[in-house]
Amino acid sequence: MIQVVCVKQVADTETRVRVAADGRNLDPAGVTWILSPYDEIAVEQALLIRDKQAPGEVVVVSVGGPGVQSTLRNALAMGADRAIHLKTETIGPDPLQVARALAEELRGAGAELVWFGKQAADDDQAQVGPMVAELLGLPCVTMAAGFALDGGKATVEREIEGGREVVEVTLPAAITTEKGLNDPRYASLKGIMAAKRKPIEEKPARLGEPALEVVALELPPPRGAGKVVGQGVEAVSVLVRLLREEAKVI
Amino acid sequence: MARYGGVDFYQTDSLFSEEERQIRDHVRDWVEERYLPIVERAYEEGYFPADVIPEVAGMGLLGATLPEKYGCAGVSNTAYGLAMQELERGDSGLRSFVSVQGALVMYPIFTYGSEEQRVKWLPRLASGEAIGCFGLTEPDHGSDPGSMITRAVRKGTPGAAGSGYILNGAKMWITNGTVADVAVVWAQLRDEATGRDQVHGFLVEKGMKGYSAPEQKHKHSLRASVTSELILQDVFVPEENRLPEARGLKAPLSCLTQARYGIAWGVVGAAQACFHAAKQYAGVRVMFGRPIGAFQMVQERLAIMLTEITKAQLLCVQLGRLKDAGQATPEQVSLAKRNNCEIALDIAREARDILGANGITSEYPVMRHMCNLESVKTYEGTHNIHTLVLGEAITGISAFR
Ligand SMILES: Cc1cc2nc3c(=O)[nH]c(=O)nc-3n(C[C@H](O)[C@H](O)[C@H](O)COP(=O)(O)OP(=O)(O)OC[C@H]3O[C@@H](n4cnc5c(N)ncnc54)[C@H](O)[C@@H]3O)c2cc1C
Repeated sequence: MIQVVCVKQVADTETRVRVAADGRNLDPAGVTWILSPYDEIAVEQALLIRDKQAPGEVVVVSVGGPGVQSTLRNALAMGADRAIHLKTETIGPDPLQVARALAEELRGAGAELVWFGKQAADDDQAQVGPMVAELLGLPCVTMAAGFALDGGKATVEREIEGGREVVEVTLPAAITTEKGLNDPRYASLKGIMAAKRKPIEEKPARLGEPALEVVALELPPPRGAGKVVGQGVEAVSVLVRLLREEAKVI
Repeated sequence: MARYGGVDFYQTDSLFSEEERQIRDHVRDWVEERYLPIVERAYEEGYFPADVIPEVAGMGLLGATLPEKYGCAGVSNTAYGLAMQELERGDSGLRSFVSVQGALVMYPIFTYGSEEQRVKWLPRLASGEAIGCFGLTEPDHGSDPGSMITRAVRKGTPGAAGSGYILNGAKMWITNGTVADVAVVWAQLRDEATGRDQVHGFLVEKGMKGYSAPEQKHKHSLRASVTSELILQDVFVPEENRLPEARGLKAPLSCLTQARYGIAWGVVGAAQACFHAAKQYAGVRVMFGRPIGAFQMVQERLAIMLTEITKAQLLCVQLGRLKDAGQATPEQVSLAKRNNCEIALDIAREARDILGANGITSEYPVMRHMCNLESVKTYEGTHNIHTLVLGEAITGISAFR
């Protein structure tokens, strides 16, 4: 079975990001780039299925500048078989562009399962997965927290407000992954060395025209200084009052 | 605390390949996420958290430089060194575990063992299914292992069925001893032809009659690591458990060269952890109305720490490249082990001081590293012994042999 995992390179969630001088982009200086954590879960799930249930190929695809190859190598080091880099100079903010480029690549690729993280850890759009599914006419199950493959079908558990929803879907299908689906592996030294020898195919990304533009990007306002309201038991009532009246959080 | 990104003042990162950096970063993340949350408790209570062995093995860290044919990762010595650095940034006990398994157990089996021994042990040791230890030091024979008294006596005719050796003696300070399935034990054996004693290596297996390995407790250092005595009382070791190619003291010494290489890298990780903690702390601890990092004396110490770490890193990089090219000499390894252990211990002590009273608690890693590094400075050749090795290399005159 062929499985494709669409992955995005994002700034390390622990990096302190800065807004670039244009006020519309991130300043890339000093940023550590990683495989978006939800996408890592997607890669892990595809590998588990390949190794335990449905032997075949796991292909990782990413849209972006030259830098994304290090992220593709990370996915290869985890165990993916090959990678496709859809190249662009800059990656715009319009999720539909990315979805188009991915759909172009996926059309005719014969993937039974197309995996995505439920959202990118940077812009949190949560659009690319469902859009690719739509462009390809595939059913899409979002936010999978449980997954079982059964022949041409899959049973997917979704975490919803106050409970779990169980969905059955016919393959081929697109799935976006939620935390808790699995515990992504640490790449092994052997995997990292082997990744060096696995192919990364480069192609231009066919993005089409953007219909969406970022006009401003701002960091949240800096947090004000903390305040010590007192000490010991007496402080409790003061704290409760201030939380209610000043901070208005209770 | 801000995320730990290592120390790289001289862009040493640019001296590593992409795979080498990736390996380092993966091990760093693993240590951050899986080991740091559990190490303080293990250290306080004095046990090695053995649950991590499958994960450490799964990453391919055991015997990482040995060939894939035996289930190992086959990475460069430089990549291995970087992994050691990150492991020891977690705890010297963790790095010790990996060093012993790889450099002191798998390496001698690979180098001096028969093909049967390699096939029997290496894959199991690489997967962590079997644990090994290395018994050289004795209660009364430390820096001078050539004077060891543990002895093997031949039993039966060589080559005949049921032939082997009877081992008697005791080893001390043996890392992993109690938990080991196989102990590489070094012992004197009389050479029939010359009548002279010669050191040989034997694979003593857990459960062999007369062999026991009680744990040594009451340590103030390397508390999250198993240290043991090995007691050998008329232990019969079959012929096929002797390392056929190991003859004389140079065999165990060559293993030590491997392990010392990893230590030279490892302690730089511990030093970086201490520097990181001291730098953070100096920035936020306010005394006399200013962060203590604003005082010149604190700044000078931080400057010295950074300088020494940077020098140690550069030693490691070049040593790694020499080793990858098959050109590293034992004396070069001695120089790096000697220097890096010393500066790491100094940095740990200074960091402890900068943290004031907080420095003695388990809230910060510095005192744990400091106590650990006392052992690391002593084992695998004490500081003095490496000084003498260099002295001999310089003058051509041995002060100790
Ligand atoms: C935690 C821990 C784990 C260990 N793990 C292992 C292991 O797995 N396997 C193993 O075989 N061993 C192990 N060791 C033992 C270690 O290698 C020895 O402790 C070390 O070689 C020093 O021997 P010693 O302790 O007997 O000190 P000694 O040799 O008695 O030395 C005492 C002091 O005298 C100095 N000294 C000795 N000779 C000279 C000289 N000629 N000139 C100047 N100074 C000299 C030394 O530098 C030292 O300062 C371990 C030790 C520790 C602490």
